[in-house]
Amino acid sequence: MSTTKEKLLEINNLKQHFKSGRKGVIKAVDGLDFDIYKGETFGLVGESGCGKSTTGRTIIRLYDATDGEVRFNGEDVHSVKNKDELKRFNREMQMIFQDPYASLNPRMKVEDIIAEGIDVHGLASNDQERKEIVVDLLETVGLNEDHANRYPHEFSGGQRQRIGIARALAVDPSFIIADEPISALDVSIQAQVVNLLKKLQAEKGLTYLFIAHDLSMVKYISDRIGVMYFGKMVELADADELYKNPMHPYTQSLLSAIPLPDPDYERNRRRFNYDPSDHDQSEEPEFREVRPNHWVLCTQKEMEKYQKDFPVS
Amino acid sequence: MENLLEVNNLHVSFDTYGGEVKAVRGVDFSVKKGETLAIVGESGSGKSVTTKALMGLIPQPPGRIKEGEILFEGKDLTKMKDKELANIRGKDIAMIFQDPMTSLNPTMKVGNQIMEGLIKHQKKSKSEARERALELLKLVGIPNPEQRIKQYPHQFSGGMRQRVVIAIALACNPKLLLADEPTTALDVTIQAQILEVMKDIQKEMDSGIVFITHDLGVVANVADRVAVMYAGKIVEIGKVDDIFYNPKHPYTWGLLGSMPSLESTEDELYAIPGSPPDLLNPPKGDAFAPRSDHAMKIDFEQEPPMFKVSDDHYAATWLLHEHAPHTEPPKSVQDRMKGMARERSEGDKV
Repeated sequence: MSTTKEKLLEINNLKQHFKSGRKGVIKAVDGLDFDIYKGETFGLVGESGCGKSTTGRTIIRLYDATDGEVRFNGEDVHSVKNKDELKRFNREMQMIFQDPYASLNPRMKVEDIIAEGIDVHGLASNDQERKEIVVDLLETVGLNEDHANRYPHEFSGGQRQRIGIARALAVDPSFIIADEPISALDVSIQAQVVNLLKKLQAEKGLTYLFIAHDLSMVKYISDRIGVMYFGKMVELADADELYKNPMHPYTQSLLSAIPLPDPDYERNRRRFNYDPSDHDQSEEPEFREVRPNHWVLCTQKEMEKYQKDFPVS
Repeated sequence: MENLLEVNNLHVSFDTYGGEVKAVRGVDFSVKKGETLAIVGESGSGKSVTTKALMGLIPQPPGRIKEGEILFEGKDLTKMKDKELANIRGKDIAMIFQDPMTSLNPTMKVGNQIMEGLIKHQKKSKSEARERALELLKLVGIPNPEQRIKQYPHQFSGGMRQRVVIAIALACNPKLLLADEPTTALDVTIQAQILEVMKDIQKEMDSGIVFITHDLGVVANVADRVAVMYAGKIVEIGKVDDIFYNPKHPYTWGLLGSMPSLESTEDELYAIPGSPPDLLNPPKGDAFAPRSDHAMKIDFEQEPPMFKVSDDHYAATWLLHEHAPHTEPPKSVQDRMKGMARERSEGDKV
């Protein structure tokens, strides 16, 4: 990570509640606070249903937040109402979706899929230029000119995900939300896509929010990682720190459940089960900095215990 | 011990408008009682087709078993009539399908779906079958089975549904369990629980399991032996330790190298270039050669036979031929093996 940590995205007390039935409310995201720095990859992990995808979708305004604010370069994203402003903002932030089969319109040619953003924002003055930009993007993601005139069904999963990445890059964004971009792909293809994302980041100085449940891949690609559980962030730390010193029992149980490609390790695996009732119930837990840059959702008592168990050497 | 299942030279093809797609092109393996064989490979490598063939679930046409035999307790399943097969299917051989969202009947209560097989195969009365269904739900770790048995699949979460699917598969104490990516759609914590349930049940019933997955972490967790499939063939087969600590086939190297280990810090993952071949026109020679860094001239001309590495470790690559140049696995794979060896010795000290 760079030494000059400039905040690109600030998320303050973000809430996203959905109505369910007549009375029920589902608190999919319930008071998130975190920052994403320029040029870093922030990994967001958790089980399905923990609200990680909702977080990504709320940040990019696919949903309107129930409460809280998302500041992008200092501006509150959710207060933007003006159409031109919105357009400007949409150019800055793009998304790569999980399912490369569902996220591309089957009736559109690859060229038009990729160029949709270019057309909306008027980035090409004529057809010739539009075509050039598209071909350029295709080459960036490892496809070629011939692919422009084909339809999505003619591509494999990995190639489709590359098209999705090219589409996201078309408007020259500075921030990309990747919502489980590799979980639908084969292992060998996953590595190709991850390498591509890393290469693009190095070349274009992109910032990523990488949402996933595959923890080993998240560790590999991320600078910092946040762990979510039931709409709340329970732990946030640098990737290495989080894997070396997981403090919150939920993080520990999550880490202990990842199967590693090592038979010996697997034979001796000990798995922790997380039981939310084990927590200190005397007060409401808060998000506290237990060690430098290592935040855990805990009570005062728990924090003292964590600090004793994980002393700063 | 005698083999519970023996597959010899199995060929499965699908006739399409474009021509014959050779999905499985000569597969041999065996499974013993109480043993878990994991089959790994990418999508399209033929692993699912292989298991479907074992269950007689290849739609015919367009599919057909072109050649080969599938011996289950010595009897050839490919020669059996549909009716005989129906008596084995669900009773002696059971299958856990990949997607718990679609493999249950949405209009039937889960209890009835579990009882179905018991009533048909074990000629149990309805109340007996219900008792057993409750037992099974408890076994796979579903709380409140008394209430759950009356519910419909949509009232269950993904992990719970997969448990129901497993309960159905286990209902008649199958001798052989075919699990086609049973945990792929689940979260890691749920996956760990399901794998534990499967292992416990295997211990109890001494059943053989064929476990299909592309997740090498899961393989390391469940398998006794591993078969690596590529383009419709088994390219390497051996004990789980052979495959992870002493892999011989370049494709196995690629698979292992493309997964980041938790301690890996390399700048780039080892990615296998390109994509799997089109099985409409399988390539001549070694099907993996066009994607391999170690391909030799002969790889494009002649198909490699299975070379013996040890008594139960075989690999189909010309690199094992006595005249082949000595080749080391790529650095990332070597580092990984070194890392694991280091951890092991550290572990011994503790």
